[in-house]
Amino acid sequence: MSVLQAAAPVLAAAEGGEGGGLDWTYPILPHPGEVIVGLVAFGVLYWVIAKKVVPLFEAAYAQRKDAIQGGIERAERAQAEAQAALEEYRTQLADARAEAARIREEARSEGAKIIAEMRDRASAEAERITESASRQVEAERQAAVTSLRTELGGLATQLAGRIVGEALTDSARQSRIVERFLTELEQSSPEDVRASATTAEPTTSATSAGPSSGGAHRVP
Amino acid sequence: MPYVLASAGFTPPGPSSFWHPLIGDGAFAVTRSMFVVVATVIIIGLVMTMTAKRLQLVPTKGQFAVESLYNIARNQIGVDFIGEARLRPFLPLLVSLFLFILLNNLAGIIPFVQFPSMSRFGYVVVLTLIVYVVYHYVGLKKKGFGGYFRGFLPPGVPIWLVPVVYPLELLTYFVTRPLTLSLRLFANMFAGHTLLLVFALGGEYLLLHSGNIFLQATSVASFAMFIAMTFFELLIQFLQAYIFVLLTAYYIADAMAEEH
Repeated sequence: MSVLQAAAPVLAAAEGGEGGGLDWTYPILPHPGEVIVGLVAFGVLYWVIAKKVVPLFEAAYAQRKDAIQGGIERAERAQAEAQAALEEYRTQLADARAEAARIREEARSEGAKIIAEMRDRASAEAERITESASRQVEAERQAAVTSLRTELGGLATQLAGRIVGEALTDSARQSRIVERFLTELEQSSPEDVRASATTAEPTTSATSAGPSSGGAHRVP
Repeated sequence: MPYVLASAGFTPPGPSSFWHPLIGDGAFAVTRSMFVVVATVIIIGLVMTMTAKRLQLVPTKGQFAVESLYNIARNQIGVDFIGEARLRPFLPLLVSLFLFILLNNLAGIIPFVQFPSMSRFGYVVVLTLIVYVVYHYVGLKKKGFGGYFRGFLPPGVPIWLVPVVYPLELLTYFVTRPLTLSLRLFANMFAGHTLLLVFALGGEYLLLHSGNIFLQATSVASFAMFIAMTFFELLIQFLQAYIFVLLTAYYIADAMAEEH
């Protein structure tokens, strides 16, 4: 209402001054030509924006969003993988440590076992050596006794022959005498002879000399 | 209608300063603003379609600039008011409204164009009418006739106040909103351009026609004001385009809202 009232003098002036029609200089009156042009121009612009611009922009934005989200997801996945790998390495490291400790323990026990075994073996060896040594000593003693027996027999015979003054040439009789002598010798004190033979060499010769001389005394 | 009549003294710029029939006269004259409007449509159309065809995931400088404008309408206004889920059907309207009004407003200070199309009420009426139809249509479609008209009443109004409040709300939806939406844009552009004309023409008159050296010196101040006001206009022109689209989005969102 107020628009029309305000426009009235202008309209009147226009009608009077410019030969009929509205005076389009009045700013609040929409100019029909401009309304039509505005409608068409904006319609065209809207169509272009709606068909050729917004769909492409929205597609690009969606793509960008996907790319960013995809990137974030990839990064998260990579982080999770790294975490898993770290976890795995840690467990492996712990396993390795346990394994090493176990091996060390095993080696220690094995070493102890080996040492014990070696000790056993060494002591067995020592025993064996001692055994063989004593056996050798026994054999040597036997040999010594045997050789002593023969030698002693010869010497005693020689000595007895000299003492008696006649040579006992009859060998059969001679050997019989020696044999008897030795048998007597052995029977008289075999324990004494053995004991004295193992304890000391000089005493052995002394004791063996003792009975043999005693035997020699008893021979006649 | 010349605005400066040297022999008859200074004629200040007025409503007639906006009437520039170039071809013909009367209701269907081809006016200066028509050329501006058509040129802006061509420029926006070309820039936007060319950018849209060459969109890249990682934007170039030019694409970034265009995207920034697009995003003002899309994200700052559309997403904030209407919401991402329901925005898509209205996005072309918001984007084209924003770009169209912005460039036509800027035409007011672009050298050699220097005419804001929105200072001609006809264009503003067209745009407002479109918005008016759209938000009522959206509301009616969403809620039906009864639901839409019941929805005008704000919730929690005491029953005895309804006879007072309801007519006011009805007035808001059907009269106040289109009126303020259109007049705000039109009046700002009209007044801003008039202001620039005052300083430009005033300075020109003082310099060329005053015939007085002291008055001629004051024209410097007038031109300085013109330049300062031009920068101020730049802000207003952007702001008005922004507000128009923002209110459009708000009206659409309000028409669709479940609660008032």
